[in-house]
Amino acid sequence: MKKIEIDENGYYGIFGGAFIPELLYPNVKKLEDNYLDIMNSDSFKKEFSQLLDTYVGRPTPLYKAERLSQKYGATIYLKREDLNHTGAHKINNTIGQILIAKRLGKKRIIAETGAGQHGVATATVCALMNLECIVFMGEVDIERQAPNVARMKMLGATVIPAKSGSKTLKDATNEAIRDWINHPKDTYYLIGSVVGPHPYPDMVARLQSIISEEIKQQLNKQTGSSFPNKVIACVGGGSNAAGAFYHFLNEEKVELIAVEAAGKGVDSGRSAATSVLGDVGVLHGSKTILMQDEYGQVIEPYSISAGLDYPGIGPLHAYLNDIKRAKFMNATDDEAIKAAFELTELEGIIPALESAHALAVLGKIKFKKDEVVVVNLSGRGDKDMATYMKYIK
Amino acid sequence: MKKLNKLFAEKKNNILSVFFTAGFPSLNDTTKVLKALESSGADFVEVGLPYSDPLADGETIQRSSAKALANGINLDIIFDQLLLVKDTNKLPIVIMGYFNQILKYGEEKFCAKCKECGVETLIIPDLPMIEYENHYKELFGKHGLSNVFLISPMTSEERIRKIDDMTDLFIYVVASSATTGAKNKLSDEQLKYFDRIKNMKLESPLMIGFGISDNNTFNNACKYANGAIVGSAFVSAISGVGTGDIDTVVRNWVEDIFSK
Repeated sequence: MKKIEIDENGYYGIFGGAFIPELLYPNVKKLEDNYLDIMNSDSFKKEFSQLLDTYVGRPTPLYKAERLSQKYGATIYLKREDLNHTGAHKINNTIGQILIAKRLGKKRIIAETGAGQHGVATATVCALMNLECIVFMGEVDIERQAPNVARMKMLGATVIPAKSGSKTLKDATNEAIRDWINHPKDTYYLIGSVVGPHPYPDMVARLQSIISEEIKQQLNKQTGSSFPNKVIACVGGGSNAAGAFYHFLNEEKVELIAVEAAGKGVDSGRSAATSVLGDVGVLHGSKTILMQDEYGQVIEPYSISAGLDYPGIGPLHAYLNDIKRAKFMNATDDEAIKAAFELTELEGIIPALESAHALAVLGKIKFKKDEVVVVNLSGRGDKDMATYMKYIK
Repeated sequence: MKKLNKLFAEKKNNILSVFFTAGFPSLNDTTKVLKALESSGADFVEVGLPYSDPLADGETIQRSSAKALANGINLDIIFDQLLLVKDTNKLPIVIMGYFNQILKYGEEKFCAKCKECGVETLIIPDLPMIEYENHYKELFGKHGLSNVFLISPMTSEERIRKIDDMTDLFIYVVASSATTGAKNKLSDEQLKYFDRIKNMKLESPLMIGFGISDNNTFNNACKYANGAIVGSAFVSAISGVGTGDIDTVVRNWVEDIFSK
């Protein structure tokens, strides 16, 4: 198998690149020229790992879920990213990028957010570093994720509603990019997923790769082998999946399973299953798989989960899907809800709706006895209680 | 010789290019607006392909794109509209559109269609120079299409020189670090930047765009470049105008821009 890595132009196979207006070129170029040097520097490494340990609460546990294992006939471990400070894996990335932004001398931080988790994680690190924070969030998402909006505001961020298009994550991203065009000198765009122009997909994947680094160590300690048979993660843009897959990408014996949101069903017209419904296109600066009509107009995705209704996937995932290195599955709204209640009942853990999609495919896979499976539990369910409450009998 | 080369050879100053969104205000207004601009004395036009996610555009053009898409416009209809006026229209036509539409339509088919409709020039704001060089230069050339590059206040001198080398029509000088949108005054900082570009004595003609909205900003920009491009202000002016009134509104608007 050809080694899976990004090439010098920022491509995974045919996916990636930096399709940006000339106005953003100097900014993106400066980041591209510096991100690896910064990330490989001793000062960055030291500060990053110290903050992850003492502020974020890493390493997060790798928990053997006994009752869940019993139910599905495999040995299932949960990577507890839900236990991170701010409630999801998102903060791994924001801590890393804020340290990079500081080293680039930027004073003003902008971010997009869907469910609000990345917005909260960005507002948090901006408070920590005393930097101005502006978060773009779709008007529709502001409504369905009110607690996270309040958290961002309490953390000192300005939340600007994105009122264009579908008023969700893709439009929040458009607005953030427009703001960046208008403030090229002092502003750093802190992207929340493995999307956007090169070098963002690679940078964010590297920052999230701590997840699989820990899985390897923890699994080795608990089972004597660093390699599970399967790793399962949900994919919206795909940052938690990129982090959970990263150190297994070139280990063929580890099966990688990416789970997209099918919404009301893949063929219902209300779905976010990009790998099934999309084809090659350019979105937010990278060439990837995109949900679009016959004229290349972007189609509004739908999912009950605000973190998964994105019309594209990161270019790494488009590539993994293309070369069949990862198996793409999907789960509907109803299946995700059911999985969330099941995990709560069996293990006493309320997962985020996004993570519930990853759990929802456990019942769709035929496991061999003794298979070791890691599910990346990317976030906790606190933010989704309003949705869950509708289903409590 | 391309229509635009001829224009730049014959006219050195006060060149007015007008951007408008295809299929706006009404679906079949594309040719109506084009004709009105031609008879009013605009020098060339940029036909904007409405896109669902226009990253480099401010609110005015976003709204016109959304309206045009709601009107039912698509690339095939736009090409049909342009084909209708191909034999009578004398204005050079530039197509301005986001890259994904071209990719999805099929790059080869898109280029062939442009040629068939008499389009000689493309502005694709999110197609970066390296992608153009590596993948599209040859294809565009094969169909007689020129690519126009943008420069901004942040573009380095080295890169501007490179863009000048690669340009065969004109350089689009983006007036400020901003998305598109009408502004009624050019700042000292902008004028300093125009001066810097002017003093570089580039080979290519220069057209200043983004934020040019009226005769004042137009005349001011023309002191530093061969001409200027107006987009949002024009789109605003024809927004909500009925098809029957387009001629008058466009004529008055162009007269206003050219007034001293």
